[in-house]
Amino acid sequence: MSGNKIILEVKKLSKVYDKEVLNIEHLSFHKGKIYGIIGPSGAGKSTFLRLVNLLESPTKGYIYFKGEKIFLNDHTAALARRDMTMVFQKPLLFHTSVAENIAYGLKARRFPKEKIKARVEALLEKVGLKEFAGRHAATLSGGEAQRVALARAVAFEPALLLLDEPTANLDPTNVQLIEQLILELNKDTEMTIIIVTHNIFQARRVAREVVFLHEGHIVEAGETKKIFTSPEDPRTKAFVEGRMVY
Amino acid sequence: MSLLEGIIEAFSLILTLDPYLIKIALLSLQVSAVAVLLATLAGVPLGTFLGLKPRERTRFISKLLYTLMGLPPVVAGLVIYLLLSRVGPLGFLGVLYTPTAMVAAQFALAVPIIAALTMIGIRSSGKEVQETARTLGAGRFLTAWTVVRESRFAIFGAIVTGLGRVIAEVGAVMIVGGNIEGHTRVMTTAIVLETAKGHLELAVGLGIVLLFISFIINSLLYNFQGGGKGSVW
Repeated sequence: MSGNKIILEVKKLSKVYDKEVLNIEHLSFHKGKIYGIIGPSGAGKSTFLRLVNLLESPTKGYIYFKGEKIFLNDHTAALARRDMTMVFQKPLLFHTSVAENIAYGLKARRFPKEKIKARVEALLEKVGLKEFAGRHAATLSGGEAQRVALARAVAFEPALLLLDEPTANLDPTNVQLIEQLILELNKDTEMTIIIVTHNIFQARRVAREVVFLHEGHIVEAGETKKIFTSPEDPRTKAFVEGRMVY
Repeated sequence: MSLLEGIIEAFSLILTLDPYLIKIALLSLQVSAVAVLLATLAGVPLGTFLGLKPRERTRFISKLLYTLMGLPPVVAGLVIYLLLSRVGPLGFLGVLYTPTAMVAAQFALAVPIIAALTMIGIRSSGKEVQETARTLGAGRFLTAWTVVRESRFAIFGAIVTGLGRVIAEVGAVMIVGGNIEGHTRVMTTAIVLETAKGHLELAVGLGIVLLFISFIINSLLYNFQGGGKGSVW
């Protein structure tokens, strides 16, 4: 049942570069929910997403995706990546057409041609870029490129979508469009979405649950409304009230 | 003979498709094309592999490649000569003073250039491409292919630079080919010989052909990298 099944779980997860940047004792994410990970710069938000997406190995700890322990350098990584994906703050679109970009993940999964065509057309319509199918990706504006990146990521309907500051540097119209798309995707597909943002207003608008990270540690996690209206920790209170300087 | 007379005579040889000149030009193209093709097959995967590795892990091999990029052709020729000479470890092949030996020498010159320039091109955006492809579920092969495809302008530039280097070199092919008429004589070695013999019109004619080929190669690169609009001119 949506909302109860754990899709992602991390245990004793830590990452050390020159110093420790992340240390999470335990955190779980349930199917069909949108989670916001908030915190000041350097809190470890993006590092957390990169570890979950297996772009980097944790220094210690474990990641469980759909109940299976996953590791960067073995077959579990490939299997996990078939069903999760990530959209970066600055999306990299391939030097080809918009349609080809959106089709990339579907082709990687060997979807039949007819299905790819239908799916690409439907997604182009959904992100409001129907007439852009044949356009070269390099000619798109920042907002259009981010919408294409989002369409490309969800084309194969992953169980888990990771968004790393997806609206940073976008104009308010595009921010609104992207947020609307995220909400629609979650409603239509029950996709679990984890959105990293330093924009507390965005987290409040989009996420059902929020995790507040500070200096690599979880300070507080819970329902969005509770975190924003009655935070327990003074650091959370300072952050959501905009008093934490970062 | 004045330079102008030489150029006029040279054009006459080119326009009448002088058999000697054509044979030499074709052999030059053939040897260099095969050498660069083989160097591409070796250098592009090597450069891609190195470009995707962290810099600190490839420091030594990067320095080595940069050093070999400036390898004097005569030194490359000498090494290949020593390998292929009758007493050398590959002497049993019996390919010294053949176009095969010339291909080997040019291959040795082109590989470091193609690998190093590919590595530099891949480093500029290869990591991002690799991560994007992986997050979209691409396997190892598709990820590698995507990285190469996305770096195609840099890679094509590397290949053309390699071709430009080998087609214009004289020292290596002279040592391992021997400049044998009708067998291993290419444009550069023929220019050296004809100049020494005082046949300046032929030397100039070959020089013009060489320049023309170089112009075509560079024009293709310029257009491919977006500087032109499809026309070589």
